[in-house]
Amino acid sequence: MKPASFDYLRPATVADALAALAAGGDDARVIAGGQSLMPMLNMRLVQPRLLIDLGRLEELRSLRAEDGWLTVGAAVTQAEVLARPTLAREVPLLAAALPWVGHVQTRNRGTLCGSVAHADPSAETPLCLVASGGEVVLRNAKRRRTVPAADFFLGPLTTVKAADEIVESVRFPLARPGSGHAFREVSMRHGDFAITACAATVDGERASLAVGGVADRPTLRSWPLTAGGLPPDLDDALNAFAWDLGGDDDQHATARYRRDLVRRIGRTVLEEALSCRR
Amino acid sequence: MPPLTSRPPTTPVLAAETRHAVSVVLNGTPRTGHAHPRLLLSDFLRHELGAHGTRVGCEHGVCGACTVRLDGVAVRACLTLAVQADGRRIDTVEGLAAANQGRMTALQEAFRRHHALQCGFCTAGILMSLTDYLGRNPKPTEEELRDMLSGHLCRCTGYAGIVRAVMDVTGQAGGVPARGPAEGGHV
Repeated sequence: MKPASFDYLRPATVADALAALAAGGDDARVIAGGQSLMPMLNMRLVQPRLLIDLGRLEELRSLRAEDGWLTVGAAVTQAEVLARPTLAREVPLLAAALPWVGHVQTRNRGTLCGSVAHADPSAETPLCLVASGGEVVLRNAKRRRTVPAADFFLGPLTTVKAADEIVESVRFPLARPGSGHAFREVSMRHGDFAITACAATVDGERASLAVGGVADRPTLRSWPLTAGGLPPDLDDALNAFAWDLGGDDDQHATARYRRDLVRRIGRTVLEEALSCRR
Repeated sequence: MPPLTSRPPTTPVLAAETRHAVSVVLNGTPRTGHAHPRLLLSDFLRHELGAHGTRVGCEHGVCGACTVRLDGVAVRACLTLAVQADGRRIDTVEGLAAANQGRMTALQEAFRRHHALQCGFCTAGILMSLTDYLGRNPKPTEEELRDMLSGHLCRCTGYAGIVRAVMDVTGQAGGVPARGPAEGGHV
């Protein structure tokens, strides 16, 4: 499997990249780590005329925690974020989920922004972004706009990002004191796409559960705590959530199995998040 | 945040139908070849530079056979374009013994001793992953090691011999029997 022909641009600046993207229209694609795009190029599922490589742009390599957000630039790899010593304190959900993203060898090149732009419904990074109430910073040649993660994903491989925009960075809110976080997923093998992935956040007032791999996009639901604990009717609430997600049968699992996983892993991660609050 | 500007690109586009010079440092030696933009690094290494040690399996990043080190870091050569490797350092399986006075490294010897390969197709990729990984984590637990190995498919060994070889070469052979009957090789 080899990619179809394309022109290749390694721009010197983000402005150059955006100008080329605006000129290229729908025939241009950007690549950073390439760990989602390269398989699609190799299988010729996408055949751009122009490939614009953001991977070496220093402007996109920012990884910083300030003003309550962890901001991850488009050229920052999953391995670099995972190796950040303060990650477990800053965004504990991401620290728990990133080891499930692909394998060591793909995390060395794959980026968080690329995963978000790719928008696979079972991918862990979009799930964490939705679960934590993160934001996607989009930029084209003329303007920059910030979209809440909850509004960014429209469906499988589909987002609100326009053809002339790049995901310049993604922003995760820093974990607040007194909050707890937990992540679990079920896949055929570790590193495979999740059949169902669950990310839970519990703070002083609410318990939230985001689910990936069932609906056509990562989906969040939250409930108020009852007397400082999980709601007494949580099983019913999780059952309703599981049905509302509307999963389908596919070659990996049945919709019924996926609903079962939402009920069971959903409860498990909520309990874990509740018990690890600090 | 940097200011937003709009101007035409100043860097040249590499045309699709032209072969472009790609210079790398392959196993310590500067090498130059030519590549269309669409050429994968795995094919560039094999067909352009004649470095056949790197194997090509699935070509979509699943099997790990083509794993090489790019600036020291283990990556899939089939998920990297040759033009992306321009100006960078690439280490492949050929470089292991070459950097060891032509003799197999301790890791390779351990692979032989513990039957960590049968057909050998996956071996080059696994060795390149391990040389990167063991540099950062010199004494991995078996669980950590199996997690790293999950990025490689080996259909011969069941991974048991590979795990034994690594435990041996990292001085942790005590907990792992040299040869075991019918061990679970689940990764």
